[in-house]
Amino acid sequence: MDFQQKHILGIENLTAEEITFILDSAESFKEISTRSIKKVPTLRGKTIINLFFEASTRTRTSFEIAGKRLSADTVNISASGSSVVKGETLEDTARNIEAMRPDIIVMRHNASGACHYLAERLDCSVINAGDGMHEHPSQALLDAFTIRQHKGRIEGLTVAIVGDITHSRVVRSNIYCLNKLGARVRIAGPGTMLPPGIERLGCQVFSNLEDAIRDADCVMMLRIQRERQGASLIPSVREYARFFGLSEEKLRLAKADAIVMHPGPVNRGVEMASSVVDGPQNVILEQVENGVAVRMALLYLVSGGETLSHD
Amino acid sequence: MKTLIKSGRLVDPANHIDEKLDILIVAGKVAELAPNIDAGTAEVINAAGLIVTPGLIDMHVHLRDPGLEYKEDIISGTRAAAAGGVTSLACMPNSSPVNDNLAVTRYIISKAREQGSANVYPIGCITKGQKGEVLAEMGELKEGGCVGFSDDGLPVRDGEMMRRALEYANTFGAPVISHAEELSLVAGGCMNEGPVSTELGLKGIPWVAEDAMTARDIMLAELTGAHLHVAHVSTRGSVELVRQAKGRGVRVTCEATPHHFMLTDDAVRGYNTNAKMNPPLRSQADVDAIRAGLADGTIDAIATDHAPHHSDEKNVEFAIALNGIVGLETLLPLTLQLVAEKVLSLTQAIALVTCRPARILGIERGSLAPGAVADITLINPNKEWTLDAAQLQSKSRNTPFDGRTMKGHAVRTLLAGTTVFER
Repeated sequence: MDFQQKHILGIENLTAEEITFILDSAESFKEISTRSIKKVPTLRGKTIINLFFEASTRTRTSFEIAGKRLSADTVNISASGSSVVKGETLEDTARNIEAMRPDIIVMRHNASGACHYLAERLDCSVINAGDGMHEHPSQALLDAFTIRQHKGRIEGLTVAIVGDITHSRVVRSNIYCLNKLGARVRIAGPGTMLPPGIERLGCQVFSNLEDAIRDADCVMMLRIQRERQGASLIPSVREYARFFGLSEEKLRLAKADAIVMHPGPVNRGVEMASSVVDGPQNVILEQVENGVAVRMALLYLVSGGETLSHD
Repeated sequence: MKTLIKSGRLVDPANHIDEKLDILIVAGKVAELAPNIDAGTAEVINAAGLIVTPGLIDMHVHLRDPGLEYKEDIISGTRAAAAGGVTSLACMPNSSPVNDNLAVTRYIISKAREQGSANVYPIGCITKGQKGEVLAEMGELKEGGCVGFSDDGLPVRDGEMMRRALEYANTFGAPVISHAEELSLVAGGCMNEGPVSTELGLKGIPWVAEDAMTARDIMLAELTGAHLHVAHVSTRGSVELVRQAKGRGVRVTCEATPHHFMLTDDAVRGYNTNAKMNPPLRSQADVDAIRAGLADGTIDAIATDHAPHHSDEKNVEFAIALNGIVGLETLLPLTLQLVAEKVLSLTQAIALVTCRPARILGIERGSLAPGAVADITLINPNKEWTLDAAQLQSKSRNTPFDGRTMKGHAVRTLLAGTTVFER
């Protein structure tokens, strides 16, 4: 198929065919990372700017490595803080960067919609590496890739996502992605972390972890932001861990072969017991590994590369 | 100096008139209403095929003058008013400095008289500096020309302070205009809370933030017997609270904006900052409730909350964009849209933008009875046109209606018998 998307702003505006195409492309990129010389000339001469307005280690490094393995020149810019008060506007920042003629800008920003804002104003491709509480498409794609790798399919599976749903861009992207690929999505969290109307995005809402993960094929735990504690969302991390943390015992409610996922970084002993993080069902590091392959695929596809040349 | 407006359909709800009548204007006042008045020496304005109404009144406008003239000033704001058929407007006090003292009130009134194209009635602050701590000198402000009091943009958070404000303003016969918002429930929200905010990942403002404060203020009006006017009601609950209060005789009035009866929070999709305002665009059920409230008389006025902002203040990430849209030049067609959709009769619609807001503010406008000041709007109700924000008379361009096809507009606006706008 012809991949027509110039930007990757979210999963919402991708079709099931496009998602599958991205995942299939990622399969072929995954092998490159296992070679002793982990580099192909596919994007030689292309410039990719990682423009991060929020702290990120995993995602930024993953995009950077993905670009480098494709021989692109990658530049990281960490813009400190939000653009709320001082300094130049996001538009001016972006225009200045574009004047240096990058081919792709990978952006993370604390404002929902910031990547759409950028894409409307710039000529280069924009990849959303997380915008506020809106979407985090590459995460959902690497999650789907990992699930598919373990289960051989996505269609018909039951995936439970537990945690702070309200503030999670990972959840929104995953709900869109998994629905489009035919999975059933369940979500759970304390009432303070379940946004109104979330079910309309395509998920079943539970108020307790046990019901949500019962017989699930896949359990995805979200990072709890410790600063939410005391902000009237949860009384304490301790209580959160007791009711919404995943223990070995609770995990037994899911299918015996269920996989356990987490977008990272994990708070051990909060959303997941250490024994689960280190247990046989966890695929967290595979998610990280697959992230590089999926991001290689995204960079390649938005560059409009016609032929897959790995040599 | 005589002017004769000939052959128009006069719609003057204050005087229960809806018929073809000529209007003779002498020395800026209505001298005679009758069929086929002989022109004599008068200048004749042919109004055949047009609707002729008292000049429109917009009781909720931000003129941004003094201090924020890069967004709007009294000259451009009143020019926008005239182009929209609006001859009288009430301007909110959140200028810079705020209108909490006689000097600012006098500045606004004199600049409007000398250089404006519309009557400007200032609204004074409820509290000094809009800080909610000390009452503004309402007596002197009223004497100086303020027609009501509001800390618009901010609610009066302290219940005792709001109670005293109502009692004190009532001493001078002025309404207190409530910007009803319980800030602890807004909690950093930037759009209506609901499925759309969830989908867009934007922090929502629940309806209860408005309803809770509306309920408090209505009860305070009930307690004090003072006149409360609730600005820009946007929720089903607020409309119902006002309806019930009126039913038990509370002195409460309220207004709604065109955007709150025309648009839902769907308009925010795409992170459209011109769909960002406070109160936010709500759900379809809220829009329906506002329309019902307009139809049954619960809502007393249509007011625009004209809130000009520079493009730099809108051309940013949604969460940090400033609230508000311009409205003076779209008030009339959007109000007429409710007539086209059979929500309101033409008389009802015109009353909502003429005599009813005039009554709330206690101003002698909104009527064309003989002897009245000849503030008059001539309307072509059938003219289809497309809004081009770049063509607005306002200094600012922030409207969600850019590119929208409208029906009906003011073709001529007269202020005390003098034409201040002609299309």
